[in-house]
Amino acid sequence: MALDYSQKVMDHFINPRNVGEIANADGIGEAGNPKCGDIMKIYLKVNPDTNIIEDVKFKTFGCASAIASSSMATEMIKGRTVEEAWNLTNSAVAEALDGLPPIKMHCSVLAEEAIHEALNDYRAKHGMEIIPIEHHED
Amino acid sequence: MFVYMDHTATTPTSPEVLKAMMPYFGENFGNPSSVYSFSRKSRSAVEKARTQVAQALNADSSEIFFTSSGTEADNWALKGTLDKARLTGKNHLITTQIEHHAILHTAEYLHKFEGVDVTYLPVDSEGFVNPDDVKAAITDKTALVSIMFANNEVGTIQPIKEIGAICRERKIPFHTDAVQGAAHLDIDVKAMNIDMLSMSAHKMYGPKGVGALFLRKGMRPENFMHGGAQEHKHRASTENIAGIVGFGEAMEILKTRLNEDKAINSARRDKLIAGILDKIPDAKLNGAVCGDKRLPNNINFSFIGVEGETLLLDLDARGISASTGSACSSESLDPSHVLLALGLKHEMAHGSLRFTIGRLTTDEQIDYVLEVLPEIVARRRAMSPLWEDYLKSKGEN
Ligand SMILES: Cc1ncc(COP(=O)(O)O)c(C=O)c1O
Repeated sequence: MALDYSQKVMDHFINPRNVGEIANADGIGEAGNPKCGDIMKIYLKVNPDTNIIEDVKFKTFGCASAIASSSMATEMIKGRTVEEAWNLTNSAVAEALDGLPPIKMHCSVLAEEAIHEALNDYRAKHGMEIIPIEHHED
Repeated sequence: MFVYMDHTATTPTSPEVLKAMMPYFGENFGNPSSVYSFSRKSRSAVEKARTQVAQALNADSSEIFFTSSGTEADNWALKGTLDKARLTGKNHLITTQIEHHAILHTAEYLHKFEGVDVTYLPVDSEGFVNPDDVKAAITDKTALVSIMFANNEVGTIQPIKEIGAICRERKIPFHTDAVQGAAHLDIDVKAMNIDMLSMSAHKMYGPKGVGALFLRKGMRPENFMHGGAQEHKHRASTENIAGIVGFGEAMEILKTRLNEDKAINSARRDKLIAGILDKIPDAKLNGAVCGDKRLPNNINFSFIGVEGETLLLDLDARGISASTGSACSSESLDPSHVLLALGLKHEMAHGSLRFTIGRLTTDEQIDYVLEVLPEIVARRRAMSPLWEDYLKSKGEN
């Protein structure tokens, strides 16, 4: 089944931004499972004085749209505060990629969830309140 | 470089075949069923093709029935046989877990709408059906055994002759989907105890949209297409003359070069397999290990840590067309039922990659794939958390 990806998706898939890990990351989050064919892992470096995300890296196992969603989502939260980053929705990620095929929308959800997990990891370490993560279908 | 390595999906119609077809679009457009002499050319063209196909299988030309596709031949064999058998109280179908959807979805239909009991035989880790399992599954209600000749994803060739002998002894009709098998292997329907066999022209350098069902004398599944009296009253609808002519021509050409093609393809296949095993760590070959029991053109691997669709797109960017059993390239989210039936874990099934070589393949292309693929796999693995976990667990053991 041939999938028609937007040029943005292909760009972020061929040349993904922010790939890698951060040693001694301030927050690490993971979402997905190998059975479904997608796992996303997000690493955050946060300035404790300003709560600004100074660096973010990802590692993803999954299809092209999962890699592109991770790449785009990391771009969108870099330089933001942890509060601002929390408000990044999966539909905003998909929109920034000029859309994803309907069957691939879950890839953007995975990006949102992995970021939420990483932010909660940071919040827990810094005595901030843990926010319940909404798991949604799309 | 344009490297087409998806010959199992389809093949280009060869120039000789196309040339033989052309007159039947234009000057010889007559309907074979018409009485006047002009239509005789169309009629004899169909009969010539029937003989060409029959000879390739060691069948009689009266045993070949043209259809619109391999899918239609499969539907006809299963539905037509079960429809008739159910009148005598037989409602059991035996098939396998690794069939093409043309068989699997037909079996599901028969179960859902006609109450047919279906046994889906398992396969071993290389994709082989055990003939003893066929024997054990047969009951006095069994109406048909349908087992594919060779698998389209992993290339495993089944012990057809042995299974055919079991069915013959128990007097149960035996059908085989040889859409892939007939495109690469010598098939003798008599020696192999085959009662019904499906084929498709576009897998063997013929046109798309034409296939055939071989029905051994005495095999009369209920018609699938009802209507006119074409194909000796067994398959209605005005014949696709040009397509049928192309199929006959393609089959005859295939037969004349079969052994040569087999030798060239297997040598290239083995070189590609050996090269991948050599250059890519933790690459797992899927399907039959022994070359004689694997389609000469099939190469199927799983690369732990990488997902198949990403490999396809990376290869496509380098001009290489391949295929995957990953869910990400399908409409469902489940990976290939064939790879799961072979016992692959989901993540390995998601990471599968299939190259199917053929007449468009050259030695240079094999070298090119071996140059490009290791880089691609390494780069995608480097960004995969699953690969990282895998390396850690390997280190611990
Ligand atoms: C094993 C097998 N059976 C059936 C088919 C369907 O053939 P067709 O495309 O002629 O309907 C295919 C084609 O992919 C196949 O590989």
